[in-house]
Amino acid sequence: MAEEEKVELQQLKHENQDLPQVLVLGSPTCLQTLKQLYSHKFRFLIPNTSLDSLYPLTAPLSSISAVICSASFSITAPVLRLLPSLRLVVTTSAGTDHIDLNECGCRGIQVAGAGKLFSDEVADMAVGLLIDVMRRVSAADRFVRTICEAATWDFPLGYKISGKRIGIVGLGSIGMEVAKRLECFGCTILYHSKHKKSAVSYPFYNSVIDLAATSNALVLCCALNEETRHIVNREVMLALGKEGFIVNVGRGSLIDEKQLVKFLMDGEIGGAALDVFEDEPNVPKELLSMDNVVLTPHCAAFTSECIIKLCELVAGNIEASLSDKPLITQVKW
Amino acid sequence: MGSISVLLVGKVLPYLEQELDKRYNLFRGIDPSQRAAVLRDHASSIRAVVASSSGGPDAALIEALPKLEIVSSFSVGVDRIDLQKCKEKGVRVTNTPDVLTDEVADLTIGLILAVLRRICECDRYVRSGNWKKGDYKLTTKFSGKTLGILGLGRIGAAVAKRAEGFDCSICYYSRNEKPDSKYKYYPSVVELASNCDVLVVACPLTPETHHIINREVINALGPKGVLINIGRGKHVDEPELVSALLEGRLGGAGLDVFEKEPHVPEELFGLENVVLLPHVGSATVETRTAMADLVLDNLEAHFLGKPLLTPLV
Repeated sequence: MAEEEKVELQQLKHENQDLPQVLVLGSPTCLQTLKQLYSHKFRFLIPNTSLDSLYPLTAPLSSISAVICSASFSITAPVLRLLPSLRLVVTTSAGTDHIDLNECGCRGIQVAGAGKLFSDEVADMAVGLLIDVMRRVSAADRFVRTICEAATWDFPLGYKISGKRIGIVGLGSIGMEVAKRLECFGCTILYHSKHKKSAVSYPFYNSVIDLAATSNALVLCCALNEETRHIVNREVMLALGKEGFIVNVGRGSLIDEKQLVKFLMDGEIGGAALDVFEDEPNVPKELLSMDNVVLTPHCAAFTSECIIKLCELVAGNIEASLSDKPLITQVKW
Repeated sequence: MGSISVLLVGKVLPYLEQELDKRYNLFRGIDPSQRAAVLRDHASSIRAVVASSSGGPDAALIEALPKLEIVSSFSVGVDRIDLQKCKEKGVRVTNTPDVLTDEVADLTIGLILAVLRRICECDRYVRSGNWKKGDYKLTTKFSGKTLGILGLGRIGAAVAKRAEGFDCSICYYSRNEKPDSKYKYYPSVVELASNCDVLVVACPLTPETHHIINREVINALGPKGVLINIGRGKHVDEPELVSALLEGRLGGAGLDVFEKEPHVPEELFGLENVVLLPHVGSATVETRTAMADLVLDNLEAHFLGKPLLTPLV
């Protein structure tokens, strides 16, 4: 924390004074690596006030032209108003639901995201979570570690994954990587997307309810926006059924979380593996004691291998913006 | 066939036990004292034994059953059955290959991901409330890594096929090189371990493969390497494995089997780089039912004088 600068600080006697200033919001996971690799190119300003409040507006803030933010910091219109010189927002996530893209567009602020950088990692995790919830891997590991020595291994059976029908909601970069992996398990891949993808031969379903009715498991890989909020609702879960499973590596609000909890408590759904939640890091307490759920702390993208690549991408986007070149991973609105 | 006497010596799916009870004169001999009592009174009438991964007829038991014609195992592994003795006595042996290949391969990939991506640890992290204090640390990517398979049989090949979907490079060690295989062959287990990131044990347990994963192999796999055992516990020198993990000489392990199940070395419980499962490689509703049906069908075929479906001996 010693190297972090308060936004309110006056002129610095640091030799890096002339470097472009970049405001960092939301404590992105890659921050330490970013500082290690790029402190010779950028002056990273990290507010040590609460994430929700950037008041009062001070001189350094008004001259900021670039912001790096994580998925947990919302770039809303009020925030943008505090940064009148802002030209670029770089988010360290693939998702952009935390950014008011409309407002950025109106203000001529460019937005860059992580693009396809995490697709492999997230797809790996999605498959790991699917196997875990259907084969009870985490529950079994808990069982072994806590069962007393004398007992026999009487552990409930799981469900087969190979050959099952997997419904992917959102066949973007991540969804396609999930499909590619599960095809090697002999699974039948089905999908719902905003539009049918002509280059893809998997069966397309116009409604998530129809997809759920014919799938053994749903894997949610789509972006969160107005149309996809609570796309997995009560009707979808009823269609999925008592032996159906849900994996969510998208955003928490893709699922009506209250309904999901109710369905799980009533045994109306087989199980759920969730890397994301509606109100992170809060997780509905009812889930904490269930054996047919797997809960991970929004970490599907985060491996040591991808962090350096992420830093390179972030730095690359900032440099492109500063030299008026096209961004590497521009997000269009 | 209700008059044919069958002895059950290993733990099996309740459905199988019920069906055996319905169709045959079933004697339960899983427990040693139970078995002794059955042998005392019925040894000369028993014509079939049903075994499993938890118990199979050794030479002594086979000798004690003069009318024994067939051993049908509710498992693919038959290391508990004295096959040589069966051959000598003309006793047929069947197991359950193929029906569990996919299952075990699925779980293998699940184990690899659980270890590398710390899925069980992450789940513990959330359940304990630690996420409110901060994010979980970075984990290790699986895609693109090199997978070493010890034993490229049905299960090994199925694991390889799935790993290819993750863009993994595959290499293997087998008793004999497979000329049709597209994967890289290493002539020794140590060389295989030196050249892969994740080593999967997928061979049968035989006297030759007992403790095939020893100190040398573990050291070759190294502080960033991960061992996945979905074979038999005795494939691995367990005390060596434990000390390697405790000392950091091995990066991690995913274990579905142990030398003395259900005993698991307690030293492993505190480690966040291991995943421990209670021998659930084939433990799905679908597969256990298919295995049970195969045991029943093999027995029926034998007693009707028809060809066995999945004979080993």
